[in-house]
Amino acid sequence: MFGSTQAESITFFMIKVERLTKKYAGVTAISNLSFEVAKGEIVGFLGPNGAGKSTTMRILSSFLPATSGFASIANCDVFKESLKARAHLGYLPENVPLYGDMRVGEYLRYRGSLKGLHGHRLRRRVDTVKELCSVKEVENRLIANLSKGYRQRVGLAEALIHEPDLLILDEPTIGLDPNQIRQVRELIKSLGERHTILLSTHILSEVEMTCTRVIIINRGQIEASDTPENLVGQIRTSGIIRLEATTGTDDPVSWIEKIPGVKSVITSEEDGWQRCSIRVEAKSDPREAIYRLAVDRQWVVRELVQERATLEDAFVELTHKDN
Amino acid sequence: MRRLITLLQRELSAFYYSPIAYVVLFFFLVLNGLSFWFAIAVLNRAPSENTVVQVFFNSAFFWMAYLLVFPVITMRSFSEEFKLGTIETLMTAPVRDWEVVASKFLACLIFYLSLWLPSLLYFLIFGWFGNRSALGSSGQLLAPYILLLMMGMFNVALGCLASSFTSNQIVAAMISLVLTIGIFFLTLINYVVNSSSPLLREITSYVAQLDHMDSFSRGVIDSRVFVFYPSMTSLLLVITYQVFQYRRWRA
Repeated sequence: MFGSTQAESITFFMIKVERLTKKYAGVTAISNLSFEVAKGEIVGFLGPNGAGKSTTMRILSSFLPATSGFASIANCDVFKESLKARAHLGYLPENVPLYGDMRVGEYLRYRGSLKGLHGHRLRRRVDTVKELCSVKEVENRLIANLSKGYRQRVGLAEALIHEPDLLILDEPTIGLDPNQIRQVRELIKSLGERHTILLSTHILSEVEMTCTRVIIINRGQIEASDTPENLVGQIRTSGIIRLEATTGTDDPVSWIEKIPGVKSVITSEEDGWQRCSIRVEAKSDPREAIYRLAVDRQWVVRELVQERATLEDAFVELTHKDN
Repeated sequence: MRRLITLLQRELSAFYYSPIAYVVLFFFLVLNGLSFWFAIAVLNRAPSENTVVQVFFNSAFFWMAYLLVFPVITMRSFSEEFKLGTIETLMTAPVRDWEVVASKFLACLIFYLSLWLPSLLYFLIFGWFGNRSALGSSGQLLAPYILLLMMGMFNVALGCLASSFTSNQIVAAMISLVLTIGIFFLTLINYVVNSSSPLLREITSYVAQLDHMDSFSRGVIDSRVFVFYPSMTSLLLVITYQVFQYRRWRA
């Protein structure tokens, strides 16, 4: 009984990372990292530059060996069964290295056959990914002459060619223009239906739109791992309420600070309007009390809002608190 | 095996796509042509006991072409992958490290061998129109090409090793050039060192490429060549494999 549940819990995870540590000559890039990615998830991997995102992805893709710890892809140890693990993986490295002297179609055929496709299946897959990533119109161009956007899409097409169970994309939208970013984002979303995806990016709105879960790492350690909504939710409850009102002769600070749950108030005056920035305690929402206070004191209120936190706020708060 | 062939195809096509291949081919043909013209000129001047094959394979033009070609062929093999960063896409595909090393070595060797094909044509045409006896026996014609294969694999492996050290092609070419020429002139130690012990002579005789060619072009096949060069090639490839692995894991 126990054995079978354990087996189930192992098969469930597409990526499993346990106490992974990587040290470069004196510098610890990641330390004791542990996380899992279940089959079918689209996970955003966030963190400031140098947090260890690329290092983690490189270890998962068996390009770098870890100093200690364990990592597996689809139950294959990335170090001991590297070849099997790599067969499950489509990997788009940062900056998309490509051979400039090859033509797009030729490159895709080469990579496909390197990943074990041949004959009819190879031709079909090359056609499919060319269509999917809209690189059909440049299939006879030299890769050296392609624009950044096309290079990125060729890289993505290459990662997809053998229908991998898992896609690891290291900053897939870096250097693209807003239209291209939107296209790639749509593509990633549609790929999420059939593939498990781990992607790193700095564009947080992208993560909010595409990912089912976010892992934020900082200085080689996981700061948070949750859905984007929950992460933002955590921030919102310790947020800020903005009030704009005329308070007559009242001093708004002393009145508002009496309300339970309010931590501090900062005000500034402009054309007779008091702008109050009210910091409240976590998980409290004293907007109603503020409204009642304003009615009691006959303040004229023209704005009372709770500032909506974004994933960006969550990111900044989680990665900046010890700086 | 299919993967190895795919890799090999890619490496070979990379050669023939690059302009370097045609520059190399051009200068190689010029030097070979000079060497062949020189051989015929020598035979025309006075009666000689040497065949045209012997003179061709022992001329300065021949050796110049031979020695200079290795750095140019091998310099980009590993360096370029490191420089472009394509090493990352290459090594995250399901390929083994030794397959990559083998494919790069074989591609360089095949390109090197293809460079000698035109010279074979010279001799065939010469035999057709010229003096059959001045060409020598067919075995005598074949022997230098077998030696070129043996010495070639050694020098190509040396160049691949040099290329695995650095991501700069020029640096790789310089290392390879110094090593190739250094080993070529190793026999000269015997003339510099006065005492010139028999042991030193014995050791340097293994890499005495000038002497090897002298005997092979006469049709005298020295079996030491068939042991020394393949085993040294294997050794160099194993070192290349280790350096390659070390570099990519340090990256």
